[in-house]
Amino acid sequence: MAFEEIHSRAISEWESLQSSSKPRILVGAGTCGRAAGALGILEAINKELTQRKVEAVITQVGCLGLCYAEPMIGIIKPGYPQIIYGNLTPKLAAQLIDDYLVSDNPRPDLALGYIGDSKINGIPNLFELPVLKPQVRIILRNCGFIDPENINHYIANEGYSGLVKALKMTPEAIIEEIKKSGLRGRGGAGFSTGQKWDSCRTAPGGEKYIICNADEGDPGAFMNRALLEGDPHSVLEGIVIGAYAIGANQGYIYCRAEYPLALERLRLALHQMEECGLIGDNILDSGFNFHIKIKEGAGAFVCGEETALMASIEGKRGMPRPRPPFPAISGLWGKPTNINNVETWANAALILQRGSEWYAQYGSERSKGTKTFALVGKVELTGLIEVPLGITLGEIIYDIGGGILKGKGFKAVQTGGPSGGCLPASMLNSPVDYESLTAAGSIMGSGGMIVADEDTCMVDLTKYFLSFTQAESCGKCPPCRVGTRQMLGILERITQGEGKPGDIEQLEKLANTVKQSALCGLGQTAPNPVLTTIRYFRDEYEAHINEKRCPALVCKDLISFYILPDKCQGCMICLRNCPVEAISGGKRLVHVIDQDKCVKCGTCLDVCPPRFAAVAKVSGEQIEVPQQPTPIGKSV
Amino acid sequence: MVISQETKIINLAIDGQPVKTKEGTTVLESAQQAGIYIPTLCYHHSLTPSGSCRMCIVEIEGMRGFSTACTTPAIEGMVVKTNTPQLQELRRDILELILSEHPYACLICDRKEHCEPFHITLRKQAETTGCTMCPKNGRCELQKVVDYVGLTEIRLAPSRREAPILKDSPFFDRDYNLCILCGRCIQVCQEVRGIGAIAFTYRGSRTLPGTAFDKSLQDSGCQFCGACVDICPTAALTERSGRWRGLPERSVITTCPYCGVGCQLSLEIKGNRILRTVPVMENSVNSGQACVKGRFGITEFVHHPQRLTMPLIRKNGKLVEASWEEALDLVTEKLASYKGDEFAFIASGKCTNEENYLAQKFTRTVMATNNIDTSARLCHAPTVAGLAQAFGSSATTNSISEIRSAACILVVGSNTSSTHPVIALEIKRAVQNGGKLIVADPRDIELCRYADIWLSHSPGTDVALLMGMMRVIFDEGLADLAFIKEYCENFDAFKKSLKNFNLDSVEKVTCVPGDKIAEAARLYATYKPASIIYGTGITQHSHGTDNVLALANLAMLTGNIGKPSTGVNPLSGQNNVQGACDTGALPDVYTAYQSVDNPDIQKKFEIAWGCSLSASPGLAVTEIRDAIYKGEVKAIYLMGGNPVLSEPDAKHAQEALNKLEFLVVQDIFLSETAQLADVVLPAASFAEKDGTFTNTERRIQRIRKAIEPAGNSKPDWWIICQIAGRLGGKGFSFEHPSQIMSEIASLTPSYGGVSYQRLEEGAMQWPCPDDAHPGTSILHAGKFARGKGKFSPLIYKSPCELPDKEYPLVLTTGSSLYHFRTGTMTRKITGLNAIEPEGVIEINPVDACPLKISDGSKVKVVSRRGEVIARAKVTEKSPPKVVFMTSHFAESAVNILTNPVLDPISKTPELKVCAIRVEEVQEL
Repeated sequence: MAFEEIHSRAISEWESLQSSSKPRILVGAGTCGRAAGALGILEAINKELTQRKVEAVITQVGCLGLCYAEPMIGIIKPGYPQIIYGNLTPKLAAQLIDDYLVSDNPRPDLALGYIGDSKINGIPNLFELPVLKPQVRIILRNCGFIDPENINHYIANEGYSGLVKALKMTPEAIIEEIKKSGLRGRGGAGFSTGQKWDSCRTAPGGEKYIICNADEGDPGAFMNRALLEGDPHSVLEGIVIGAYAIGANQGYIYCRAEYPLALERLRLALHQMEECGLIGDNILDSGFNFHIKIKEGAGAFVCGEETALMASIEGKRGMPRPRPPFPAISGLWGKPTNINNVETWANAALILQRGSEWYAQYGSERSKGTKTFALVGKVELTGLIEVPLGITLGEIIYDIGGGILKGKGFKAVQTGGPSGGCLPASMLNSPVDYESLTAAGSIMGSGGMIVADEDTCMVDLTKYFLSFTQAESCGKCPPCRVGTRQMLGILERITQGEGKPGDIEQLEKLANTVKQSALCGLGQTAPNPVLTTIRYFRDEYEAHINEKRCPALVCKDLISFYILPDKCQGCMICLRNCPVEAISGGKRLVHVIDQDKCVKCGTCLDVCPPRFAAVAKVSGEQIEVPQQPTPIGKSV
Repeated sequence: MVISQETKIINLAIDGQPVKTKEGTTVLESAQQAGIYIPTLCYHHSLTPSGSCRMCIVEIEGMRGFSTACTTPAIEGMVVKTNTPQLQELRRDILELILSEHPYACLICDRKEHCEPFHITLRKQAETTGCTMCPKNGRCELQKVVDYVGLTEIRLAPSRREAPILKDSPFFDRDYNLCILCGRCIQVCQEVRGIGAIAFTYRGSRTLPGTAFDKSLQDSGCQFCGACVDICPTAALTERSGRWRGLPERSVITTCPYCGVGCQLSLEIKGNRILRTVPVMENSVNSGQACVKGRFGITEFVHHPQRLTMPLIRKNGKLVEASWEEALDLVTEKLASYKGDEFAFIASGKCTNEENYLAQKFTRTVMATNNIDTSARLCHAPTVAGLAQAFGSSATTNSISEIRSAACILVVGSNTSSTHPVIALEIKRAVQNGGKLIVADPRDIELCRYADIWLSHSPGTDVALLMGMMRVIFDEGLADLAFIKEYCENFDAFKKSLKNFNLDSVEKVTCVPGDKIAEAARLYATYKPASIIYGTGITQHSHGTDNVLALANLAMLTGNIGKPSTGVNPLSGQNNVQGACDTGALPDVYTAYQSVDNPDIQKKFEIAWGCSLSASPGLAVTEIRDAIYKGEVKAIYLMGGNPVLSEPDAKHAQEALNKLEFLVVQDIFLSETAQLADVVLPAASFAEKDGTFTNTERRIQRIRKAIEPAGNSKPDWWIICQIAGRLGGKGFSFEHPSQIMSEIASLTPSYGGVSYQRLEEGAMQWPCPDDAHPGTSILHAGKFARGKGKFSPLIYKSPCELPDKEYPLVLTTGSSLYHFRTGTMTRKITGLNAIEPEGVIEINPVDACPLKISDGSKVKVVSRRGEVIARAKVTEKSPPKVVFMTSHFAESAVNILTNPVLDPISKTPELKVCAIRVEEVQEL
C-alpha cells in the first residue's frame, strides 16, 4: 500500500469520527489515570450508557498532563466543543452522563474547561487556564486527544509525514535539518542531536544500531511514560527517521519493565507499523530496511546510562564502561550506535514534519524547542507539562504549578532527578535552559522537577537523593560505590544530631572527589544534590551540626513535641491517639509527653483540636512543662 | 590469521618524556613501555581494561576532566601528565574510599615491619583481620599502590562488610572483606576461561563478586582452575594449601606432569616442601593459565604419605621393604635369566625423554630384544601410524598458540575442556575472535556450548561422518584442487572411495541429519584457515588408524595443512606420550621413528651403542598379554604404568600379569599393578628430578629438580642405569639427564639441536636438527615430510561390538576434568576427591527410565567380559543408547568391561565402544 492510500484511509476514519452523530467520550486511561481510578470511571460510564440506552463512542486516551485533576474524561457532544471534566468518581461520572448526555446540563461545576472555538457558558477555555496557558504542547500535542492504539489517529494528525519527507531526502540533508533545528539531547546531557547522528553516520562500519532509551528512572519523573502511552507513534517515527539518517537497520527500544502499558502500546504500535509498511523491509518502497526489538529493563537505575544500557541489551550486567570509544564509534556489540532518549526521538519526528525553522521559533538562543517536565512535589497543580526552553523556574512553579501547596513558602526546586541539584528562591528568575541550570549547579536532566516547600529539610532531602544513588550505584568504581555511601553516612549522622564540625568540608571534599573521578555520568552527578544544598542552604547544615536544630522541623532526632500547659484543655484526645502511650494525663489535667518514650510521630499535633493548638513542635529548644499532669489553670 | 601488518608508530609525551609507541596502544601501555609507573588495581594485561578502579587517571591536554590511562588509546601528539599534585590527591582520596571498606591496618601501620617475626605465632588464627595475618602480605598490589600515593591516614568512617568467609571451594577461600571489587576474577573467568561462574551481584555498596543466586561455586559451573585466585590483587581469594607455612623461599619453573599441554608451572618452595604450583605467565604455552589439576592437584601427591620411599620385595607372598642394594641385586639376578624375547619393557608417557630413551636402550642393548613399548599404545599409536602414512610425520602439525587465530576449528573425539583444559581456552578464544567451531562428539561435552554446529554421531562412526563431509566438499566444488594437484597424491583412488558416502547412507550410519553434516562440511571448507583437533575419541577404535587417515584426507582436501592455524592436531593425553615415542620406546623403531628393520639404521645404532641389535620388531603392549599366555614373555619391567586399570578387558590383563615369572614395577605409588609385582622400585616424582618432556605440539620442555626425592626414592633414569650397569650394559654411566639428552641428540635427527643449555633459553619444537635451528612450529609447510601428502581411500567399518538384545547399550569411555588416567595421582588429592569422589555411569533418561534407574542409584554394568558397580548419573549429556564412564576409578574400573579387540595397524584397543547392559542394584 502506498502511503497516500494509508493516509487517505486514516483521514477518512478520523473525519468520520469527528462528524460522528454519537457523542464521544475520551477517558484518560494512562497509568496515571488508571492509578487514580480511570478504569472504574470507564466501567461506571459503560454501565450508565447501557442503562440509559445512550449510544456513545468511548476511547481510551493518554494523559493530558493535569495530574492534580485525575481521573479525567472528555465529552464531545455532537455540535458542541469538547468539555474536559476532572476529579471524577464513578458516581460523579455516571451522574455526568445523565446530566449532560441525557438531560443537556454540561455541569460547569465539574468541568475544567472546554476545547474548541464555540464557548459554553460557565466553562472556561481549557487552554486559557493558567496551568496550560504558558505551556507549548507540541510534543504532547496528541496526548489525551488521539487513540494511542490506533495508528490511523496518528497518521490523520500529520503522523509519519516526517518520515515520508525524510525518505525522499538524503541522510545528510536530514542530519542538516536536525542540526539547524538546534535540537539537543532530551535525556539531560544536552548534546547536539544532529552532531551525534552525524558522528554515528560517518563512523566506519557497515552494521549500525539505533537505540531508544526509555529506561526513565529518576524518582518523580514520568514524561517518557506518558508520551509512550499517549502517543507511541510520535517516538517510533523519530526512531525510523534517525535510523535512515544514520544508516542503521536494527533498532532497540530499552524500556523499563515497570511500564507495562507503555510496552503493550509500543508492541501494538510496531505491529501496526508493520502492517502499514512503515517498518520492516523496504519501508514505504524506499528500499530502506529497519527493524525494532523491544528490550525490557529490569529495574536498574544505572541502565539509563547509555553504555550500561547497551551492556544490558547484550545480556550482561548493566555496568557502564569508560569512554572513549564513544557509542557512535563502538557501541552495541562493538558497532557504531546512536542512542537517544524517548523525547528526543519525538522531537526529531516533529522537526521533520514541520521543518527546523518552525521548530526553532520555540526556545531560547542556545536551547531550542520545548521540554517536558514532570512537575511534582509541593505545588498546587502537579502535572506533566511542556514548556518552551528559556521559561523561568518561577513561571513554571507559580503560573503553571499554581504556587506552593497550602499557600506555604517556597524553599527549593530540584531539577534533573538524583543527578541534579536543588535551586533556591533566588534562582526562580533563572531561565530553564541547559546552560543556566548547569551554571546554577544543577542539570536539565530528563525532566524531573520536584518542588520543596518551607517544611522541607534540605539536609533530609539530600539524604534521600543520596540514599537513592548509593543504592543504585552499579558498584563498579569506588568513587561512586563508596563515595556516595560515605556521603550518605555523614548526612545520616547530621540528621541524627551527630554532626561534627568539619562535616560540611568533608562532604564537599568527598563530593568533589566523586564528581571528578567517577566512571560514568551517574557517579559524576551523584554529588550534585550535596553540592547544591551546601551552596544554597549551608545555614541548614550548620543549624543541624552546630545547634542540633532542624530548622524545617523534619529530622526526628532533632525535634521534640511538647504540650503547652497554658493551652491544654485536658480533652484526652492526644492521650488516646498516641501510638506508644507516651502521654499521661486525665480529664481536666494538663497532659505531659514522656520525652523518652515519644517516637516523634506527630500524631498528637495532628489530633489536637485547632482551637486549642496545645501541641508545640520545636527543634533546638526546650519548653518548660510540668513533670506530671497537673490540673488545668494552676500555674507551673 | 596472523598477518603481520605495518603498524604505525606514534609519538606522545608522558610527563615531559617523549614516548614512541605503536598505534592501538593505550596510554597506560605506552607509559609502561617507557618505564613510567602509573598505579593500577583493576588493570591486568591479559584482560580487557575496565577502567573501574580509577587509580590510573591521568591528565591529557585538551581532554575534559581526567581519563583512565588503561582505557584511553594513545594518539599522535598526545600530552599526558601522570603525577600532578592534583592527580595524586585524587588518587589518595579514591584509595581512601577503597580502604574505608577494607581492613587496612597492614597498609598504613608505621610498625608493619616490626610484626614480621610474630607471624608464626599468629598464623593459627582462622581469619584475616589485619596486618599480621593477611595471606597476601608482601605480595598485595594494594600495598604497592598505597606506598606509591603515600596514603598514611584514613579519615573516613570505616564501613566493613562483615562478610562471612566462603569456603565452598576445596582449594581456596573467598574472603570478600578484603575484596576491592576490581573485577579481575570475574573478567578472567569470563574472558579467559569462558566460564562465567562468578559475576558482580547486588548493587550499590552491597555489590560483591558472587555466584548466581549465591549458589555454591561448583553449582554455578566453577571448574576450580584458580585463575581468579592468581589474578586477585589482594587476599580476597587465597589458596588454602600452604597458607600458614609462610612465604616461599624460592621457586622453580617446571613442566606440569598431567596432560600433554605442558603447562609451565612455578613451584613455590619452602625448605623441601612445595607450597603451591602457580602457572607461569611469561614465555609459556599456558600464558598464566592452568587447570584444576595443575594448579591444585600437585603438592598433595608429591608430599603424600603413601609415596613409595623404599624398594619392596615380595617375600612369602608379601611385599616387604628392602634396601636398594638388595632390590637391585634381585632384579639383576632375575632379569639375567630372561634376556631375549622372554623379556618385555613397558615404558611410560609419564616419564622423561631421557628415561624412555634409556628404557629402550636398556631393552635393546642389555636385554637384546625389541619388546619395548609405552602407554602410547593405548591412545595415540593410530596417530603415529596414520599421520606417518599420510604426511610422513606422525606428530601434531601445528602449535597451540595458533588455535586462537583459526577461522574454523573442528574438534572431534576430544572433550578438550576436560582432557586439555588450557587448549580448550585457546578454542574458546578463537570463538571469541569470531572463529567457527564444529564439535563432533556423541556426547554433549562442554565445548558444545560454544559450537556453531554440534554433530552428535554414534560412537565409532567417525569415518562415515568425515567421508560424508568430504563428499559434500568435493561435490560442491569446495575442495582446494590446486593444492591437491601440487602437493598431494593418490587423490583419484580416494575420490573413488567417496562414492560410498552419500549423505543418506551417512545419515543412517551416524544418526546425524545429512543437512547438518553438509553445513559442517561447508563451514570447514570455506572458513580458512581451519584447524582439526582430535583426541582419543578418534584413536581408541578397532579402525583408529582409518579415523586418523580420514582427518588427514579432510585437511588435504581443503588445503588446510602446512599453514598457520590449520593442520591435524592430535592431543596427547599424557605429559610425555610424544616424547616417549620420539625417544624410541616403541617396538619397531629407534628414536625419531627410525625403523629397527632398516639395516642402515640398525648399523648406526649398533655402532653408537657398541653392540649387535635385533632387526625384528618387538611386541606391542597389547600383544604382550597373549604372549604371556603363550608363555613367550616371562618377565616384565614396568616403568610408571598401571595396566591393571588402563588395559581393556582388565581382568584378563591382570590374570596375565599374575602368570608372569617375574614382574618389576617402578612407580611413585603402590599402584594396583605394583601390588602384583615381585619387586617394586620407588621412583622420584617429576618435582624431584631433572629431565625433559615433549608436549603435544612437539615442544621439548625442561622439568627441574625442585626438591629432594621423597624418602629413598630415586629418579627412573638412575634406577635403569643401575640395573643396566649391573647386567653388564655399556653406556649407562650417566651422572645427569643432560648427558643422556646429548646422546639422544646425536642419534635423533629431529632432536639434533636440542641441549639443556639451549633449553634454558627457551623450549623448542622439533624438528630441530642442529644447534642453529630455531625449531619448527608448523610441520609440512611448503612440502610434506614424506614428499607428497598421500590421500587414503577408506571404507566404513563398524565398531567390533555392536549393541544387541543381550547388551543393548553402547559404552563409551573418557576422562573427567578432575581426575587423570587411572587416578594414581589425582585420587590422592583431597580436594579433587571432594569434587568428584567416585566414578559414575552417565545414562540418558530415555534409557534410565524403563530400567527404573534414577539419578544416584547404584547400578551394575555388564559386558561380555565382566561387570562393575557404579552410581548412575541420569543426564541428557549422553545421547539415548549411549552410556559413558570415566577410567579413573579402581572401584568401578571401566576397563573390566572394554573390548580388547585391536586396530590391526596400530595395535590400539577399541576402548571407546563396547556393548553393555545396565541393571538395577537393590540397595539394602
